Amino acid sequence: MRVAESLNRALHEVLADDSSVRVLGEDLLDPYGGAFKITKGLSSRFPGQVLATPISENGIVGVAGGLALAGGKAIVEIMFSDFVTLAFDQIVNFASKSVSMYGRPLRLPLIVRCPSGGGRGYGPTHSQSLQKHFIGVPGLAVYEVSPFDDHRELFGEMLARGEPCLLFEDKILYTRQIFEDGIADDLFRYDVLPQAGQVTRVYLEDPEQADCVIIAPGGMAHRALAAMRTLLLEREITCLLLVPRRLYPFDVAPLSPLLERTGAVAVAEESTAGGTWGAEVAQQVHSRLWGRLRRPVSLVHSAASVIPAAAHLERDVLVQDTAIVRAVQELLP
Amino acid sequence: MQEGLLEKITEDLSDDDLGLLLLIRHFERKLLDLFGQGLVQGTTHTCLGQEYVPVALAPLLGERDFVFSNHRGHGHYLARFRDPYGLLAEILGREGAVCGGVGGSQHILSGRYLSTGIQGESLPVAAGVALHLRDAEPGALALAYVGDGTWGQGAVYEALNMAALWRLPLVVVTENNGIAQTTPTSAQMAGTIGDRARAFGCRFLHVGSRDIGEIRDGLRPLFERTREGAGPLVVEFATHRLGPHSKGDDTRTAEEIRRARDHDWYPREGATVSPRFARMDAEARAFVEVVAGEVLGRPLSAREG
Ligand SMILES: Cc1ncc(C[n+]2csc(CCOP(=O)(O)OP(=O)(O)O)c2C)c(N)n1
Repeated sequence: MRVAESLNRALHEVLADDSSVRVLGEDLLDPYGGAFKITKGLSSRFPGQVLATPISENGIVGVAGGLALAGGKAIVEIMFSDFVTLAFDQIVNFASKSVSMYGRPLRLPLIVRCPSGGGRGYGPTHSQSLQKHFIGVPGLAVYEVSPFDDHRELFGEMLARGEPCLLFEDKILYTRQIFEDGIADDLFRYDVLPQAGQVTRVYLEDPEQADCVIIAPGGMAHRALAAMRTLLLEREITCLLLVPRRLYPFDVAPLSPLLERTGAVAVAEESTAGGTWGAEVAQQVHSRLWGRLRRPVSLVHSAASVIPAAAHLERDVLVQDTAIVRAVQELLP
Repeated sequence: MQEGLLEKITEDLSDDDLGLLLLIRHFERKLLDLFGQGLVQGTTHTCLGQEYVPVALAPLLGERDFVFSNHRGHGHYLARFRDPYGLLAEILGREGAVCGGVGGSQHILSGRYLSTGIQGESLPVAAGVALHLRDAEPGALALAYVGDGTWGQGAVYEALNMAALWRLPLVVVTENNGIAQTTPTSAQMAGTIGDRARAFGCRFLHVGSRDIGEIRDGLRPLFERTREGAGPLVVEFATHRLGPHSKGDDTRTAEEIRRARDHDWYPREGATVSPRFARMDAEARAFVEVVAGEVLGRPLSAREG
């Protein structure tokens, strides 16, 4: 099953299980079913729960916040995650603050889905990975879709949090198959570490045996796997890949034993350079494991650039598996 | 007309309405006084001169209705809850504060009342609440207060568009006091609020009167129609801000301030106008003194959760 289908199924189940959930967004009515078809079929099956909106990102997220405030639950689709900047006020100043600024906890079950990332030639305003701009906001959780995850469970977890969640969905991932039964491919296996907040662990034969750890969100999974394959076959370097379900809040503590064993850690993400999620993770790793690391945590991210439309130029800017290979080699000279 | 207004206020108002008007007036005055003494942190925006708006609206609202307030919300809060202790404790960060002192003057949540300090932000949220009410609790409405300056925000138009499209039970009350912080309305608004509201197909009413009975009679049927599914209603009150924008920042000329005072419902020599007014005015003033003394004597507030 493709990731898009898995997300679509999960949304069908969420709406069927809980009639207080509403899905809002632009152009998500059938037959179109949303720009990436993730909401396909929902409006026909749950007409009262699905609302197509005007092009008003700030307004839609505000309306969703109001629904959540009044006792409902809301899932918003931002057509391209780039446009979530227009809803920054409603996310940062209203929804995430409301859960605590009134002096007592307030439940605000709200998910903002953000189809993100490049690789499709959509150009500078339709290709960004804006995760980093939402890291460190009190009362706001940031998630990223991964091909290893059970997406029904993912939506359930976010709604149960009772605070606003952003869900980044790498657009390239939509067309990829989800991984099942602990098998990533012919080389790598995976399992999930529930005690570490549902972090997926991808490994070759034995998770305890690795030369290096790569931490990367779901959208990077395939590039990380490709890098791990190259490193193994060409350099005999074994990597352990850790894919967190939730990027923020993120606690590196339960992963420390795994990181310590190798002493070599790389963090890979698609956001452009500067003020990244990876820098936040690296800071945590450094303050916990300094002295037990062979080298500083290596950051892999896209170049500090707008994201060009032309395929060859875009490729130069965005993180490729080769960048991960390079980073790991530098960690293990 | 002004004399007529004064007569009405002193003769026709119920004790309840007059008491509430005076409570808000003395509460706000006391706040500015406490500010002067250095006892209030941060900032606070008083509604001096505008008290009659929430007082007129109070009985038009039911328990199930949501009220969204803004930075100038003390009158809105007091008209809904008549709880000067909780509000003052919130502003002063003392025990018994409605929001534990986290929210302060501008960020208050109590039951179905919420205020926040970002201009225009509450309108989409109020539309979302109205959407929920439309389907889950028909007959209830969401009312949001905004100032004239806030009509500069895009969020206002996104919300009006959706509210009108979806026929939401939303009432937007604009307190047009002719100024936004230091910018006169004439320098920040092209066209009129009425034309803007009508452009979205919203029903609109301009209220020039400060007669509480007249305002209620005019608005009651419009509120009813909103509850019954006629879609959003925009009401614009032509009103006057007597005090500074927040604590001591008045850039208006003496002449402009005098003009605002001329429109005040509270007669400056009120005590001499009628025995009832004089008595209730003294009572309200004394009550607010008691509230302030009591709240100032409380320990600092603690934050829950
Ligand atoms: C988004 C935003 N911009 C600026 C401010 C600062 N600010 C607070 S009140 C105010 C003026 C508001 O004017 P108006 O809407 O007319 O309300 P009034 O103060 O007259 O009641 C401004 C600019 C703010 N709180 N929010």
